[in-house]
Amino acid sequence: MALSPITPQIDPRTGLISGLLNPATGAPNSNYPVYYNPLISKDNASFIATVYRMFGNAYAAYTILPGLTFRSEVGADLLFQTEDQYLGSATVRNTGTANGQGFNAITQIVNYTTNNFLKFEKTLNAHTFDIVGGISFQKSKSSFSTITGQQFASDAFKTISSAAQIISASAFPTNFTFLSYFARGNYKFKDRYLLSLSGRVDGSSRFGANNQYGFFPAASAGWIVSEEPFMQNLSFLSLLKLRASYGLTGNAEIGNNFASRGLYGPANYVGQGGQIPIQLANNNLKWETTAQTDIGLDFSFLQGRISVEADYYFKATRDLLLLKNVSGTSGFSTFLQNIGNLENKGYELVISSQNLVGELKWTTSFNISTTQNKITNLGGQILGTNDLNRAIEGQPIGVFYGRQFAGADPANGDAVYALNTKKADGTLNKGTTNDFNAAQQIVLGNPNPKWYGGITNNLSYKGFELTVVLQGVQGNQIYNQGGQYMSSSASNGYDNQTTDQLNAWKNPGDKTNVPELRLFFANGVNPSNRYMSNGSYLRVKTVTFGYNLPKQVASRLKVDRVRVYVTGQNLFTFTPYKGWDPEVNADFQASNINQGVDFYSAPQPKTFTAGINLSF
Amino acid sequence: MKTIYHRITLIAVFALSITGCRDQLNIKPAQNVDASNALLTSKDVKGALIGAYSNMGSGNLYSGGIQVYSDLLAFNNEFSFFGTFQGLTQISNKDIPINNGFVASVWLEAYTVINATNEVLGALSVVNPVDKDQVEGEAKFIRACMYFELVKLFGRAWNDQTPTTNLGVPLTLTPTHTLADAEKKPTRNTVAQVYAQIISDLNDAEAKLQPPNNATYYYATPGAAAGMLSRVYLAQQDYINARDAANRVITSGHYKLTNTYGEEFPYTGRGVRIFNTSEDIFAQQVSEQSGVNNMNTFYASPDVGGRGDIEANNSYLATYEANDDRFNLFTDDGSGSTFYTNKFDNVYGNIKILRLAEMYLTRAECNLRLSQTTGDAPLNDINRVRARVNLPALGSVTLNQILTERHFELAAEGQWLADYKRTNTSVGALPYDSPKLIFPIPQRETTVNPNLVQNEGYN
Repeated sequence: MALSPITPQIDPRTGLISGLLNPATGAPNSNYPVYYNPLISKDNASFIATVYRMFGNAYAAYTILPGLTFRSEVGADLLFQTEDQYLGSATVRNTGTANGQGFNAITQIVNYTTNNFLKFEKTLNAHTFDIVGGISFQKSKSSFSTITGQQFASDAFKTISSAAQIISASAFPTNFTFLSYFARGNYKFKDRYLLSLSGRVDGSSRFGANNQYGFFPAASAGWIVSEEPFMQNLSFLSLLKLRASYGLTGNAEIGNNFASRGLYGPANYVGQGGQIPIQLANNNLKWETTAQTDIGLDFSFLQGRISVEADYYFKATRDLLLLKNVSGTSGFSTFLQNIGNLENKGYELVISSQNLVGELKWTTSFNISTTQNKITNLGGQILGTNDLNRAIEGQPIGVFYGRQFAGADPANGDAVYALNTKKADGTLNKGTTNDFNAAQQIVLGNPNPKWYGGITNNLSYKGFELTVVLQGVQGNQIYNQGGQYMSSSASNGYDNQTTDQLNAWKNPGDKTNVPELRLFFANGVNPSNRYMSNGSYLRVKTVTFGYNLPKQVASRLKVDRVRVYVTGQNLFTFTPYKGWDPEVNADFQASNINQGVDFYSAPQPKTFTAGINLSF
Repeated sequence: MKTIYHRITLIAVFALSITGCRDQLNIKPAQNVDASNALLTSKDVKGALIGAYSNMGSGNLYSGGIQVYSDLLAFNNEFSFFGTFQGLTQISNKDIPINNGFVASVWLEAYTVINATNEVLGALSVVNPVDKDQVEGEAKFIRACMYFELVKLFGRAWNDQTPTTNLGVPLTLTPTHTLADAEKKPTRNTVAQVYAQIISDLNDAEAKLQPPNNATYYYATPGAAAGMLSRVYLAQQDYINARDAANRVITSGHYKLTNTYGEEFPYTGRGVRIFNTSEDIFAQQVSEQSGVNNMNTFYASPDVGGRGDIEANNSYLATYEANDDRFNLFTDDGSGSTFYTNKFDNVYGNIKILRLAEMYLTRAECNLRLSQTTGDAPLNDINRVRARVNLPALGSVTLNQILTERHFELAAEGQWLADYKRTNTSVGALPYDSPKLIFPIPQRETTVNPNLVQNEGYN
């Protein structure tokens, strides 16, 4: 992508792929084209990952007394994966070694769970209730090993056993466990009043010795109004149900199995083993807790032809598990702490309808939701690790926070930024400066969409069927972190540039948003909203057209069912986004704070699939 | 009866499984060690010392970052930066945003090493008595090196305004053990205070360290401490002490110039670990399995594993004297106008922090400034360095000739900026005391710790 589009695929001097051979040295080119040509990897590199995965579940149930049963479940999920990579000698410009590099990795993950519980069920006249109580336990054991070797006799040898020089090797296991005690009771009266109460105590090995357990109760109630005698006359209404619930849930997904411990990690030095402090102990590290309130309404009418589910939710999260910044002078930069509170609230609406029910059938399902997210307390900190995404009190998580780009100085073509210093009257000074450091940071945008929505339409007539799925979001921004390279005033030299660079400042008096092009000089490429754009989109996600052969024809072919279909994915996208694909978040940096960032991310392909389903 | 028995068994199994699981939540990491158990024995503490060496070899510190970033600030068209790391382009343009990631990494990683040395120094009581001095000396040497690099990059030069009031960097001299320790918000010590600490640590180190016990020994030695002291004193324009420290290294007899300049930067056609040469006083070690060589990354040609980001310009190479063997360590990149240095072609080669040639040049400069001949006459010292690179002996020598010789001898080794500053030499249009030749305090640091005052020019 960064390679200039005028780079020839075939080097006319050699007749080979550009970069493969430098006629002067007989070795692969080191400075032509501008970057390593990825086409070289096509024939000179391989990467094979093999995954074996097995799931298994078993249970035993025993009825102790009428209505009282004991049930024991065990489950296992086994993953065994190997990866083999070989980068041939022609890839020297990428690997730095002219004699090949091999890599091998083995990953093994064993995850087993067991649930043991007692269940009591009873129906007494109009009262139905059941109670469940028990424990569950999960243990995950992982082990990883990798090895990288160089110096192969030739590209014919590709496995590590042929590498003359092992440059790195590593193997280590890691484990975690969850232990939960739970109880739940459901009560139903006259099939229309529903009540459910539950409580669970969850323990996780990931938390500090003082706080491994968290208590998470919940309650919910429902009322099926349409079952009431006084509703029976309203025949157009086939269902009306009111729901309300409140409950606490815990989050332990912190990506680090030992985040609560003070740790020394390995730090070896040319053949001698060493250690260095890597983490401070936090014995108070505990569960992140979310209290969620949900109020909902389900109804359907016209014999169920139209049904609606509407929900409002409010989630208050406390003890957020976030990396807190500390002064680097301590020898550490961050530690994981329960810090701050967060709110999420929103509406969800799903409408399903059967528009046509005759021979030509047409159903539509429409969903739309909105969510508002706000950090209510963060101890006054501003957290973040990438260019612009930050966690800031009073703002949605991950807002873009930084300097505001203000185009090119008409006088000299310098990139300028809005000062945004506070004036005496509290407003911001929108005067400009070419000194990036002098410009103050402000909230520039939000990577979280205001609205999410989708529509699925199904049409069928005789054997034919057509499904169209649309999805979209509205109200979010995307930051193109690659902008500093691809829309960069040539600051990286000969990188391929976006066409907007043609509008660059050229002469005094030019008014433009693209600063003067300065080869190998950074002019306006620091992180700012220069590289942000609207990320709203509406996408025709999938269209499937299928045909089911009539039964008589199928049976003549000695099969039960024959379906022929063609599917297209990502066919059309309507978006003001300037990059390739608005459905993006570069995975190398993604986190709960780092959202809505594009960095040369490959767009999702437009795919077409045709197939035949046969059932015997 | 049998049924009741079954029921009792089931309940018992259930109860047992509840109690048995509790211990299951206590899982210890396999690849790391609990901090409370990390420094219990002499071997543990020595392991932590190795950890400090290891992290001092970070790509942002002595494995190249400190040298390259400081060189980028010092270049005025002798070399040009053509890389794609924006953060380095900014340093090269002497126009650094306060959120520059490379600047922040130098700060953070240097303090990680400093904390590791503080841990070692705080646990000296468990070190075997026979090893205690050596461990203490090595830890203090490493700590002094990191503070010296920090104060040079983040503070004003000693000869720039008033060191007793100029702000240096915060001195952290005790280990961080608790979250409360980590929450401290120290202020910046003055440049003079930081230098005093560095000199105190290096003097202790020189006194306590054992001399090298073999030719390729690569841990800290009295010579390494004295060599670093000579640099510190030179930065302070304390020519007597700088000269004496350099002279102690030279007269120790442990070091010898290699026969040719190329032998000091050996490369045999492929990356392979090398041990210290006879000239190396202290070098950061790299092997096939550990460490990184960012001198290679940024300076070396892609043919030998580098990125080829920094190229020497024709106009600079034209300033080399005829027959200067050092000129032969540059190779045309194919364009005929730009050249790569070959000093760092060996991707697993060690990274020279201190080498003997500099000691001769320091002794010569100081003696000349002092009109003395301690150790040897300045003319003899400079001619030693010149003879090794096939240059004719001088008949007489001036200060400028010594500084010029030093400039060529230490090209692309991260020493130019410090030399410019201590000699009040401008970098192009920027005077030696320009705030643009000083790193900003990283934005992340001033945000977490408002007690840190930002450097001039970065507010």
